[in-house]
Amino acid sequence: MSTEAITSLSQLTVGQSGQVTELHLGGEMRRRLQDLGVIEGTRIRCLQRSIFGDPCAYLIRGAVIALRNHDSRQIFVRTLPLSHSGQSR
Amino acid sequence: MGLTVDFTEYTVQNPVGAPFLQKLHEDDLVIALAGNPNVGKSTIFNALTGLHQHTGNWPGKTVVNACGRCERQGQGYLLVDLPGTYSIMAHSPEETTARDFLCFGKSDAAVVVCDATCLERNLNLVLQVMQITSKTVLCLNLMDEARKKQISIDTALFAQKLGIPVVCTTAREETGLDELLAAVCSAAQNPTVLPDPVALPADIEQVLPPLCQKLEKLVSPALSPRWVALRLLCPDDGILDGLRDFLGRDLLDIPEIAAAVQSTWQLLQQQHYTKQSLRDCLVRSLVHRAEQLCAACVFSAPSPSAPRQLDQRLDRIFLSPKSGIPIMVLLLFFIFWLTITGANYPSSLLADGLFWIQERLSDLFFLLHAPDWLHGALVLGVYRVLAWVISVMLPPMAIFFPLFTLLEDFGYLPRVAFNLDHCFQKANACGKQALTMCMGFGCNAAGVVGCRIIDSPRERLIAILTNSLVPCNGRFPSLIALISMFFVLGQSSLLSALILTGVILLSVAMTFLSSRVLSRTILKGQPSSFALELPPYRRPQIGKVIVRSIFDRTLFVLGRAAAVAAPAGLFIWLLANFSLGGQSILSHLSSLLDPFARWFGIDGVILLAFLLGFPANEIVFPLIVMGYLQSGVLAETGSLPELHELLVSNGWTVWTAVSTMILCLFHWPCSTTCLTIRKETGSLRWTALSILLPTVIGFSLCLILNLLVCALTQLG
Repeated sequence: MSTEAITSLSQLTVGQSGQVTELHLGGEMRRRLQDLGVIEGTRIRCLQRSIFGDPCAYLIRGAVIALRNHDSRQIFVRTLPLSHSGQSR
Repeated sequence: MGLTVDFTEYTVQNPVGAPFLQKLHEDDLVIALAGNPNVGKSTIFNALTGLHQHTGNWPGKTVVNACGRCERQGQGYLLVDLPGTYSIMAHSPEETTARDFLCFGKSDAAVVVCDATCLERNLNLVLQVMQITSKTVLCLNLMDEARKKQISIDTALFAQKLGIPVVCTTAREETGLDELLAAVCSAAQNPTVLPDPVALPADIEQVLPPLCQKLEKLVSPALSPRWVALRLLCPDDGILDGLRDFLGRDLLDIPEIAAAVQSTWQLLQQQHYTKQSLRDCLVRSLVHRAEQLCAACVFSAPSPSAPRQLDQRLDRIFLSPKSGIPIMVLLLFFIFWLTITGANYPSSLLADGLFWIQERLSDLFFLLHAPDWLHGALVLGVYRVLAWVISVMLPPMAIFFPLFTLLEDFGYLPRVAFNLDHCFQKANACGKQALTMCMGFGCNAAGVVGCRIIDSPRERLIAILTNSLVPCNGRFPSLIALISMFFVLGQSSLLSALILTGVILLSVAMTFLSSRVLSRTILKGQPSSFALELPPYRRPQIGKVIVRSIFDRTLFVLGRAAAVAAPAGLFIWLLANFSLGGQSILSHLSSLLDPFARWFGIDGVILLAFLLGFPANEIVFPLIVMGYLQSGVLAETGSLPELHELLVSNGWTVWTAVSTMILCLFHWPCSTTCLTIRKETGSLRWTALSILLPTVIGFSLCLILNLLVCALTQLG
């Protein structure tokens, strides 16, 4: 657990997981993410980066969702050790 | 692609108040079908009603409500297929439509279709619908996929915990549908009102009752007072207007209610709630409730199951920075190659057959001593244009549509959007525009309707305005013919597929460029936020795809083209056969246009053909040939070498062919598309711009090309 650190979702490397600590965005996108089940405490795993590294595909509550870095930069997560990464929840 | 989106017949224009629902019997039950995007909602709808709405494996396929009727055991059901939404705390047009229908549509029951493999997220919507109506049925669809992914669900416990019927279905195999309707029937007749399934934190629950009590006599039993109270405290887009229209008055105009809302807010503020934190809290309660329910009732294998691993492996290939784009281009190329090679033979066979019939028709007219003008107008005018359109269009469509539908069902399209998103982001546009662009390859009008999946109005307009920059199915045959004649005559169809792919890439590049220009000029703005779901890959049902895409799409588009082409055929025949001063009106017109057309490297005949082809792009090329033959009738589909000879003898060079191809790619959208744009944007100005944009691009490119060619020839 010593490796835990707060970072933004966009900083996760492929295969790494994080637990949301803060949604630092408002309005439309905040609501959209909440609809997809992204709230504080939700576990998100980075699955795949596209060409140029943007957007990026994440595993959120069992669904694969692509987000632009512009948005994922504003989502803060606590990185989880790799052994926790298997589960989506 | 969503080539035709059967949007014509059962479109529900006004989902509120239900005047559009035609009950066959007085006691028909009106059932709303809600659900997240891409959970098989439309498959259920189709299986029940027998309507053929296309269901693709990508989010946001149902962009308009469809309505259909079915009957089981003497009970009639009117089903309304709502657009797929993640939530009904509305913030997009689809969500507003779905919400308004659920709240104010006076339906007898609601079915929320869920993806059993992704239940936790889906439950969010179930709980929201339950807050509006207790007459809700939870339909767990895609049970086959859930089993494959080793997910098991204790449905009895689920039903007990939620208090509503829970039915398992596998819509693709049509299992569980009878049980679903039985559950719907009993839910619709069940008068019990369940308590709100989602408990809020105590400090909120404490302050709600006074407001709820005041609302009780105003909104019950049509609406839940608690739900209305929460909406008044935390209004979503347009909900207050919806409530006002439904109740016939504005609740906040009633002093008692306005005071109660205000005092409730004061109490909430004492607990340090703000609008945002209250809303967050409502959402959090929903999500936590869903988590609890799933923790109790859903059991999944500890490690990612084999199908999910396969999905991820496929994504690593299709989405990877290295192979993603090359594979995409190769697929495009492969589809064109198959279409071109495969269409050649049936096309000529069809042409032979149809023109044989024409001769028999002529014989018949002759036998009946029909007047010449009647024979000319009907057989040489109407019939021959129809024959042209069918023989040129049908074979490529019959190959192209099923192939694209296979890709769509497989789930590849959202991956295209993922791969291309960066380019659209650079153009300040939405990545989902890639999907509507792809739909444009089938039919631009369908593509324009599909733009509804884009939430931001600015980005939707960009997508609509640029949609006709990609060639639709009506333009492919002309492009293919020109490529075959002028660039690869006598060579393999591999090369023509290669050139066609290049042409398509040019039109895609032009889409990026004009999107970028639009978002820098008249549609200024930042790219809005974007969350695109990449659904699991599904094995396409090949047999069904072929049948569906031929009957629903191919014949639909063909029918529409024929409906336009037949009167156009008559009109053109008239133009070509009425003469003024010894020359037909057609040739008068083309010589009138000729000097102008020369500027752009084409001639009057070509320009006139494009103008007359406004009703349907597929008749442009036949018109050109007809103009040269001056035969007064549309030319028969002669062999390509003969056509080539005809064009060359009328002064065509390679550059004429290039200019014609450029114009074919970029000119005014066809009449159907223009009407659709007018309907979608509701504005004549945007429609005018959508005509102007591709026209200016096409003609400027041709002008530049012509000037360059002239300069080169003078140097040479």
